Amino acid sequence: MTGKSIAYDSKIEGEIVVTRRDAVVNWIRRHSVWPMPMGLACCAIELMSAAGPRFDVSRFGMEVMRFSPRQADCMIVAGTVTYKMAEVVRRIYDQMGDPKWVVAMGACASTGGMYRSYAVLQGVDRILPVDVYVSGCPPRPEALLDAMISLQDKIGHESATDPVDAQKSLEPV
Amino acid sequence: MDEEWANLLEDRYDFLAPRNSRDCVAFDCPTDYLLELCKSLRDKEGCDLLMDVTAVDWGENATPRFSTLYHFFSLARKTYLRIACDCQDDLQPSMPSVSKLYPAADWHEREVFDMFGIHFIGHPNLKRILMWDDYPHFPLRKDFPLAGIETEFPAADVAEDTGVSVQAAPMMGGPFVAPAEGHVSKSEPRGKDQSWTEECDKPR
Repeated sequence: MTGKSIAYDSKIEGEIVVTRRDAVVNWIRRHSVWPMPMGLACCAIELMSAAGPRFDVSRFGMEVMRFSPRQADCMIVAGTVTYKMAEVVRRIYDQMGDPKWVVAMGACASTGGMYRSYAVLQGVDRILPVDVYVSGCPPRPEALLDAMISLQDKIGHESATDPVDAQKSLEPV
Repeated sequence: MDEEWANLLEDRYDFLAPRNSRDCVAFDCPTDYLLELCKSLRDKEGCDLLMDVTAVDWGENATPRFSTLYHFFSLARKTYLRIACDCQDDLQPSMPSVSKLYPAADWHEREVFDMFGIHFIGHPNLKRILMWDDYPHFPLRKDFPLAGIETEFPAADVAEDTGVSVQAAPMMGGPFVAPAEGHVSKSEPRGKDQSWTEECDKPR
């Protein structure tokens, strides 16, 4: 606040803050990411641990695990996605309201991991647009927290006002 | 091994043939006698539990090609009994279902059907249990590659949206093992042979 002419005076202007629309919308979105825990294997245990008091994902506004896709913003795919389950994962993703994000947690969700076999989808990015990949088998809860903070950064840099593209490209960015 | 029990069973059921075994009492049983044997084992011999039903594929050219294996446990004797049964037909293998005698066999037989394609005659609900219903192959047969065979994705609409199919996944970079030594942060499972990937072929 250098020049008096542009200083904000609450007595004159009331309870108004001037900012950019992207900034305020993204500020809201990034601090209330409600995860949809798609726990499919042992990664889900680390996911639960991240939600528990020791690692406490609620420090970042993500403690509200929603088991209903309608109320969730971010699907955390934690575990091995078999072809049989892939259909279900995709349908649950389709039921989530926009805007929505996907975190592929662990080696299996990211690439199929050690399961190079007839039954396992080789990376959930073949059916969903993944925003953040987490390495590890399974990743430590800190790694998941780091991924979620990275996701917050990513949300902060998105354009909040563009029409939401429901079919985000499956090509890696 | 419970020799006394083995002799007893061999005397009582003359159709049984002794089978090589390193652990428990084991017999080969002709397919026609399987149900009769299972009923007697349950009612007279004290085989209370059917622990496992599985199968073996002896190879594409072997005859008989498929055998089913049954593991029983006797609570009174505290010992196991293995019964092996050859499937008569190598192309359309089938076996009488024991799920009416031992309800535990229900899901086991479904798994054997799913993995080997052995039909269990008389099973109340013989459909796939692990793979999806429309899957065309039987993954544990010897002629099925571990990596899999390219097939259609289970859901047609998802396949249309994403262009995904069930792809063969060769074991490149693998096998994936965790080194037993070293600090835990350095001993996550990793590929032993990283010399080939999806982009570059395996060096000969």
